[in-house]
Amino acid sequence: MKKLLIALMTTTAAMSLAVTAEAADKLKACWVYTGPIGDFGYSYQHDQGRLDVEKALGDKVETAYLENVSEGPDADRAFERLAREGCKLIFGTSFGFMDPEVKVAKKFPKVMFEHATGYKTADNLGIYNARFYEGRYVLGQIAAKESKAGVAGYIVSFPIPEVVMGINSFMLGAQSINPNFKAKIVWVNSWFDPGKEADAAKALFDQGADIIVQHTDSTAALQVAEERGLKGFGQSSDMIKFAPKAQLTSLTDDWGPYYISRVQAALDGTWKPGNVWLGIKDGAVKLAPYTNMPDDVKAMAEATEKKIADGWNPFTGPIAKQDGTPWLKDGEVADDGTLLGMNFYVKGVDDKLPK
Amino acid sequence: MDITVNILLTIATAATPLLIAAIGELVVERSGVLNLGVEGMMIMGAVGGFGATYLTGSPWIGLLAAIAMGAVFSLLFAVMTLSLATNQVATGLSLTLLGLGLSGMMGTSFVGQPGERLPNLYIPGLTEMPVVGRLLFGQDPIFYISIALTAAVMWFLFKTRTGLTLRSIGDSHTSAHALGIQVIRYRYLAVIFGGACAGLAGGHLSLVYTPQWVENMSAGRGWIALALVVFASWRPWRVLAGAYIFGAVWIGQLHAQAFGIPVPSQFLSSLPYLATIVVLVLISRNKRLTMMNTPASLGQPFVPDR
Repeated sequence: MKKLLIALMTTTAAMSLAVTAEAADKLKACWVYTGPIGDFGYSYQHDQGRLDVEKALGDKVETAYLENVSEGPDADRAFERLAREGCKLIFGTSFGFMDPEVKVAKKFPKVMFEHATGYKTADNLGIYNARFYEGRYVLGQIAAKESKAGVAGYIVSFPIPEVVMGINSFMLGAQSINPNFKAKIVWVNSWFDPGKEADAAKALFDQGADIIVQHTDSTAALQVAEERGLKGFGQSSDMIKFAPKAQLTSLTDDWGPYYISRVQAALDGTWKPGNVWLGIKDGAVKLAPYTNMPDDVKAMAEATEKKIADGWNPFTGPIAKQDGTPWLKDGEVADDGTLLGMNFYVKGVDDKLPK
Repeated sequence: MDITVNILLTIATAATPLLIAAIGELVVERSGVLNLGVEGMMIMGAVGGFGATYLTGSPWIGLLAAIAMGAVFSLLFAVMTLSLATNQVATGLSLTLLGLGLSGMMGTSFVGQPGERLPNLYIPGLTEMPVVGRLLFGQDPIFYISIALTAAVMWFLFKTRTGLTLRSIGDSHTSAHALGIQVIRYRYLAVIFGGACAGLAGGHLSLVYTPQWVENMSAGRGWIALALVVFASWRPWRVLAGAYIFGAVWIGQLHAQAFGIPVPSQFLSSLPYLATIVVLVLISRNKRLTMMNTPASLGQPFVPDR
């Protein structure tokens, strides 16, 4: 037993040495995910982006990732470990990694850092994000057309700007079609708990919603919609296989092109911390094929998608805040700073925002 | 009326995996072994159940595979703690970590594949009855197993001689050993039973609750089951009550939110945990009885001196 253990230990040591030696002349790019890569949702899509990098740049890069890293003190250690292990470019893919990444970036000034969906930057820390709200506006319009009850069920994770922005955009879209449209909102306080997401969907359907929208990662809610013969939208990945009769479309993320361009920049020595916010026109936010809806609704959705791709912003005034006070004047467009820090609802949202 | 029935059915679905895993762990702990690997065994059951269903097309085979997977995985724990007398807490924790990792690896090719749901019971005539029909005769098979299992474990532990022996081992393994009882053999069987139950609970997740495979899909339910056993002071009917209180508040808070009750959602989300603890502590407030029910040699390694 002991001999076996020693043998094992020496082999592992030798193996890790070999890896470092080989890696010396390659660029090591690393990713930190908050969920498992097998979530078939948000983290899965980021990992697909990592695989795209491997495919596109082949021998020139080596990639590594840490999954299931919880947002908080644990994340400090994850980033530090990667930096120590020789990662030259590190992508933190979740909002909650913001402060840990800022901290670790300060400690390792030679390592390049990128953080998704946050707002803090540094000399070696850039930020990138996707304008998911653009897609959510389209979802809102489809929901208003397709819902017979005029009520959608909206499953959400945490009250962060990203999520609040999504709810607002969805409601603006829906109310542009049906001014009386309502959404029932349930906070599940988790990004990933399939059981709880399914339970939330059941509760929302039981209370009269007939369309489900989610800002959580699993396919569970759509499966419930499929079982009950109702409709819903997928999230992050195309979930049509799980709900062939229920999925109207899915709001998907495609990080591949961005990651390839950034890793290439790091290889060329031209990497600088950026601040990019990619949308439908950049191909980072994609809507899965429109299914299970009549042709006129599909045509409307495609027209809106095109309008947004051509530069129209769903947050274009006049828009009032939830309590009726004016926010944007007629024709005024919300600036990115306000959107990224969004902590209020627009008029028509029927929920009290948790603080 | 329909909505009430729907809510009750949802509660039963939420409570069933907790109940099954907790009942299994209760038997393990009654034999004096503390297995903190419930979460790991559960997730292994989930991946096993989904995998077998995916490969054979039959969720019934998946159900059996989930049970087998949990049992086999628990055997690892049994060999380590019972035959090699390793620390139970550390071994249990590593079992959970191993299970979460291993299941993720095994399940890579199942990600993104829709699963097959275990069909609900359907008895013509009975299932169509208003209100009680669907509640009594229209649920998934694992629900019925969970209730039967609870009754069987109650009967086994408190009405049979073997059950008495098992409890005596949990109270004092040295005395039991001195009486000529085969402590290790009993404990092996108890641990494997616990593993099979945790596996079945995992199977419920990937075959009934949300018919799909995703990593970490147990999302901490194994830990809730563990806590239920302790707060229920090792009594099966209290575990049943605890699981259903948890399920009811869990579903209730979602309904409260959907209904638009102006209470902070963070508070509502913590409510199932709070309510379950409060109720179970109130039930178990009799100190003397609680002491009597606590397996005295819980967690201690046993090495027979001859």
